[in-house]
Amino acid sequence: MIELDDVSYSYGGGELLSNISLDLPSGSFHFLTGPSGAGKTTFLKLCYGALLATRGRVSAFGSDLRDMGRDDIARLRRQVGVVHQDCEFLDHLPVEENVALPLTVSGRDRGTEAANLSELLSWVGLSGQARSLPPELSGGERQRAALARAVIMSPEMVIADEPTGNIDWEMSLRLLKLLVELNRMGKTILIATHDLNLIRAAKQQVSARVLRIKDRSLQLAGADL
Amino acid sequence: MNVIGDGLAIVRGDAQADRVVPPTGHTAWLTTFTAGAMAFLAVFALALSLATGRLAERWSNELARTATVRISAPAGQEAAQVQAAERVLEQTPGVAETRLLDVEEQRALLEPWFGPDLPVEALPIPRMIEVIEDRQGYDAEGLRLRLAAEAPGAVLDDHTRWRRPLVSAAWRLRILGWLSILLIAGAVGAMITLAASAALAANAQVIRVLRLVGARDVYIARAFVRRFTLRALTGAAVGTVIGMAAIALLPRASEEGGFLTGLGFHGWHWLLPLVIPVLAGLVAFAATRQAALRSLRELM
Ligand SMILES: Nc1ncnc2c1ncn2[C@@H]1O[C@H](COP(=O)(O)OP(=O)(O)OP(=O)(O)O)[C@@H](O)[C@H]1O
Ligand SMILES: [Mg+2]
Repeated sequence: MIELDDVSYSYGGGELLSNISLDLPSGSFHFLTGPSGAGKTTFLKLCYGALLATRGRVSAFGSDLRDMGRDDIARLRRQVGVVHQDCEFLDHLPVEENVALPLTVSGRDRGTEAANLSELLSWVGLSGQARSLPPELSGGERQRAALARAVIMSPEMVIADEPTGNIDWEMSLRLLKLLVELNRMGKTILIATHDLNLIRAAKQQVSARVLRIKDRSLQLAGADL
Repeated sequence: MNVIGDGLAIVRGDAQADRVVPPTGHTAWLTTFTAGAMAFLAVFALALSLATGRLAERWSNELARTATVRISAPAGQEAAQVQAAERVLEQTPGVAETRLLDVEEQRALLEPWFGPDLPVEALPIPRMIEVIEDRQGYDAEGLRLRLAAEAPGAVLDDHTRWRRPLVSAAWRLRILGWLSILLIAGAVGAMITLAASAALAANAQVIRVLRLVGARDVYIARAFVRRFTLRALTGAAVGTVIGMAAIALLPRASEEGGFLTGLGFHGWHWLLPLVIPVLAGLVAFAATRQAALRSLRELM
């Protein structure tokens, strides 16, 4: 689904990531860990085309990201649901419209998906906040809204950057359950997280691989996790 | 293709797409107001162009018609002097055609004053030669001197000649009018470009979010384009209506009242200013679309 071939990235100074090769097959479940500032967010951005590798080749769904036009990247974003670390919303629109935004911009009629939408909102525990504006939400509520927005298009793949950074353990487990469910439906999952407990909990439910960024390169973490 | 799609999107409207860009409050009024003020000015520039055009046309028609050579000589010499004058005219560069008015025509000219029974033949009425000049025109002073030498009874009457500089001034005013309209369109385009660029810069987060959820550039651009086009269209429509009303209310003097009172629209020309809002809308559409797609390309 996503392949990295000898990929390096630098923001202009020294290299942040060097010579990384990785294959994220369809239907796989991956965690990405590493110390703060190691480049987890950067790595995820390389995967969904928000950044272009300075060296090497990244391909998604079989096409090289370097060859993709802007519209192709936009299409890729609809096939890959992304939860940002700093969840950004359209602050002037209520939560439910923000969650439905991927439907809106792809020209789908939100009316026919209304049932889907309220189900999704109640699943992430935001039914009561559907008409609230994003700035009125707590950090955890924002992350749940962002996850709901990432999955509303039933994307082939979900990439989440610290999706449980601001939420309590119980809610973390509920989010994990949703992600595991998506994975069981055949979706590919990639999650960057510091939360080792979350990784342990996930490993009891699915066969997840754990990648760690260390010294600019990617390692497969051992069974100690 | 995309341009047509965007154009149709504006006509069709897309409530959902409109909502993704936050309302911009008071700066929106600035765009509408400027478009209105520019349209108001454009109405006057258009009226000026049309009025000076009419004036120039009327005056140059009169110019082409009215030069005459009048010959008054004692009865015995008249025919000779007419011949001499015609010869001189024939040899004068810049004279395209001459025509000796016959007695019947002269009678017709005098009839309004003296009635139909005037015995023209018996009266010492001067003979008249109509002179039609070509594009370059002739040297009036030179012609006058030659006529004095060869046909002393002939007088060149070119009293409309003084209008020639006025006619060329009128043509120039007309060009200035059209130039003003072009400049106004350019200013509207520049103003809308600035406003749209500012709006795009102020909405960087909106653009990031839309990108993240897979919105294509044209979709994002469209939301801005539609907004600015409609504002310019509305403002220009109001400005045009006020401008037309102001012109309709100008005091109207006689047709010969001159240039200032002639400032106005005649007949179907009243439809012309209605093009101004459409033009403003087109300019705004092109300017915003250009600005949006450019800054979206820069904003990776
Ligand atoms: N746009 C940028 N320009 C320059 N440097 C950047 C940029 N974005 C990130 N960096 C730098 O790259 C490094 C890695 O950043 P990144 O956000 O990928 O880390 P991370 O592993 O996600 O950290 P965290 O766990 O704190 O989220 C950091 O040192 C950061 O300062
Ligand atoms: Mg990060």
